[in-house]
Amino acid sequence: MIADSVVDLSRLQFAATAMYHFLFVPLTLGLAWLLVVMESVYVMTDKPIYRDMTKFWGKLFGINFALGVTTGITMEFQFGTNWAYYSHYVGDIFGAPLAIEGLMAFFLESTFIGLFFFGWDRLSKRQHLLVTFLTAFGSSMSALWILVANGWMQNPVGADFSYETMRMEMTSFAELLLNPVAQVKFVHTVSAGYVTGAMFVLAISAWYMLKGRDLEFARRSFAIAAAFGLASSISVVILGDESGYELGDVQKVKLAAIEAEWETHPAPAAFTLFGFPDQANETTHAAVKIPWALGLIATRSTSEEVKGIRDLKADHEVRIRNGMVAYDLLTRLRAGQTDDATKAAFEEVKKDLGYGLLLKKYTAAVVDASDEQIRMAVDDTIPQVAPLFWTFRVMVLLGFWFIVLFSLAFWYCAKRTAGQKPWLLRAALWSLPLPWIASEVGWFVAEYGRQPWSIGEVLPTRLSTSVLGQGDLWFSLAGFIGFYTLLLVVEMYLMFKYARLGPSSLGTGRYHHEDNGQDPTQRRRGAENAEKAPSLA
Amino acid sequence: MILDYETLKLVWWLLVGVLLIGFAVTDGFDMGVGALLPFLGKTDEERRVIINTVGPHWDGNQVWFITAGGAIFAAWPAVYAAAFSGFYIAMLLVLFALFFRPVGFDYRSKVADPRWRNTWDWGLFVGGAVPALLFGVAFGNVILGVPFQLDEFLRPSYTGNFFGLLRPFALLAGVVSLSMLVMHGAVWLQMRTADPIESRARRAAQLAGIVMIAAFAAAGLWLAAGVDGFRIVTMPATDALPNPLAKTVEIVSGAWLENYGRYPWMMAAPALGLGGALLTILLVTARRPGFAFVTSSLAMAGVILTAGFSMFPFVMPSNTVPNASLTVWDAPSSHLTLTVMFWAAMIFVPIILAYTTWTYKSMWGKLTVEYVRAHDHEAY
Repeated sequence: MIADSVVDLSRLQFAATAMYHFLFVPLTLGLAWLLVVMESVYVMTDKPIYRDMTKFWGKLFGINFALGVTTGITMEFQFGTNWAYYSHYVGDIFGAPLAIEGLMAFFLESTFIGLFFFGWDRLSKRQHLLVTFLTAFGSSMSALWILVANGWMQNPVGADFSYETMRMEMTSFAELLLNPVAQVKFVHTVSAGYVTGAMFVLAISAWYMLKGRDLEFARRSFAIAAAFGLASSISVVILGDESGYELGDVQKVKLAAIEAEWETHPAPAAFTLFGFPDQANETTHAAVKIPWALGLIATRSTSEEVKGIRDLKADHEVRIRNGMVAYDLLTRLRAGQTDDATKAAFEEVKKDLGYGLLLKKYTAAVVDASDEQIRMAVDDTIPQVAPLFWTFRVMVLLGFWFIVLFSLAFWYCAKRTAGQKPWLLRAALWSLPLPWIASEVGWFVAEYGRQPWSIGEVLPTRLSTSVLGQGDLWFSLAGFIGFYTLLLVVEMYLMFKYARLGPSSLGTGRYHHEDNGQDPTQRRRGAENAEKAPSLA
Repeated sequence: MILDYETLKLVWWLLVGVLLIGFAVTDGFDMGVGALLPFLGKTDEERRVIINTVGPHWDGNQVWFITAGGAIFAAWPAVYAAAFSGFYIAMLLVLFALFFRPVGFDYRSKVADPRWRNTWDWGLFVGGAVPALLFGVAFGNVILGVPFQLDEFLRPSYTGNFFGLLRPFALLAGVVSLSMLVMHGAVWLQMRTADPIESRARRAAQLAGIVMIAAFAAAGLWLAAGVDGFRIVTMPATDALPNPLAKTVEIVSGAWLENYGRYPWMMAAPALGLGGALLTILLVTARRPGFAFVTSSLAMAGVILTAGFSMFPFVMPSNTVPNASLTVWDAPSSHLTLTVMFWAAMIFVPIILAYTTWTYKSMWGKLTVEYVRAHDHEAY
């Protein structure tokens, strides 16, 4: 049996590296499309300032992208290094979208990103725009396939367990691809990325405007970001995750947990706006409720019930007891007792095999579990409510704030007075970290809310790990912490350095640090390049 | 479904080989370039020239590696699980070394401080040389057999440790892989740079080629002289549902050469490895790096195919519980998954090759110090 410490350390490592990876992903997703917008305007209007915008924001894009690539390789490695049994058990389905992501999306994005940076004087304007577009398209497609894989972990459709190969096997690629949970997650996640990209450009442009420098450049960037951000923030909230919550037991549990919905209430259920969830007593203290709201959000109807945690647990107990039967039959089948009666009996109960496997935590043999052990396993099927309850509210609150902020920015841009509203510019600047916080808590809700499963109702997280020693885990954790800390420091240093330099870092001789002589070396180089500029264009 | 299960199992063995060769031909040269960077570039500007020859391409190239990993996950989940968890420390060292590449390429020239740049240059060296060496060591270990077993629910567990990987034959295989990628990278630099880097690259290609030929030939002789190979005694039908525990395997000295007796055409692979390397040395000496790039690609294909042919149908043999070895027949995914992945590869690999070619064509030409000076703000 695998030690609890190895399971915990593996989870910690995966959570830490995944959340770290997602510091860079959303900005890539969003900023890529903003580059497409800026460069499209350049191609249409032929104004060099839009080319400079594409190049400058592209430079910051590159600094971010490098770490996205670096930390992305970790994610692919980790399924094999740390979650070997998971890889064996579901690789037949889960591996396919990952491999297709590589073939269809990651190749596209990574091949053209090189031309984006190096191709300016090698390609025609339209060719270069196409390159930028393909980079952005590739990165969003990449998100699609990754979320198809992740959506399957939440709601494993299109697959069936085979006792002969002792793993889940694909039964329908179309179902895997069109998994509603995956589709909803895709739209929600890329929208969140687009919000992040827009906020990044909005905030830094606001800073230039507050400083009164590079105003032409900053105003145009601000306006594009405001428009793009408004559309994206509305999309991230409206097309948000909630519509996926009626699908599959894991999603139901997650919904009940984030709403601290202990009892099933008559439809339509009330939405708990605020309160203090108390898991031990299955109640929420000081709850402030809005009648009807949860029922409407979760089921889009006034007549369907939202199942509460107590009823879900009662269902789970039945399924765990069924799962013990399934496990017993599986052991017999694996031992060679493959008569038709055993096979038929197993087919009957195998959908609950995963629930039976939850008992592995308490007894290796599963079938001999006591009532007390079953009760503990039932409790395990509900993740900790309070962290989910709070993180979900943080995410939603931030989502609404983004709509407010981008609406204001868009409104004043349309009136051409955004530059004279320092309060707006400051609000934009201070909101810079918020999309990252929203993304991270969002992923926390999605993945912590999936516990105790790695694959919903199929494979418990604690059975998914590799057979490793604690020492192995400490080695890798120390390596990740060391490297990732160092890389983050370096990345932030460069990001701040280039954000402060602003468009003068392009050396065109047209921008702030160049005309007022704060940095003579920059100015001189800029002048040289300015002379060469016509031959480049 | 057009292809039957047995055929698809075989096709996927070939496709994984194709992806590994694709990785060696593309990412291989920029890893070789990384490994050579501190030695062939004497000044900062020379080093920038070297880095900029791969600047537009390393990221796309690296996806061959990522996709080969993804394809192994999808097509041989059991191999992916056993190899990545078994070689845990080695895999993490490869990963940590790879960390230096994206940031090394992109960040190095963004700050002018010489210590900063020098640090990233050595980072790029590590990012090129360490994976190139460890991939060979890993392959060497697979050829020798890996100490792993599978329990009754097919959970893999590994009984060796990192230092157990450093067996002499495996280290020799590491020398083969490092020298062939360095040779390939040197040929690339000879093709894409001007003197003085060009001449240095030529000498590096000659030297690496000689080392590669010597190490590859020595590995072949060693294999013939006494490395234990694996042989299947009994196994289920090749189109059966994959069950790695249903066969019996014996360990026989020299068994890794049996395929060459059975299928003499397989000798073409080692011949290609040696001949390709030899031709590469001749062509770089004759200052024809374009042709040399083709022959060094063929040499690497020959080496990779030699490893595959020698072990066929084994993919990852176990030297502690030989019956648990993973083979082409009992490690793959289901028929449907292999079919879906087959069509995905058939559709996308040609598209990838087409646009990759276009990007290389767009960026073609010799890079010089003057180019780096003129593109100070844009180039790496």
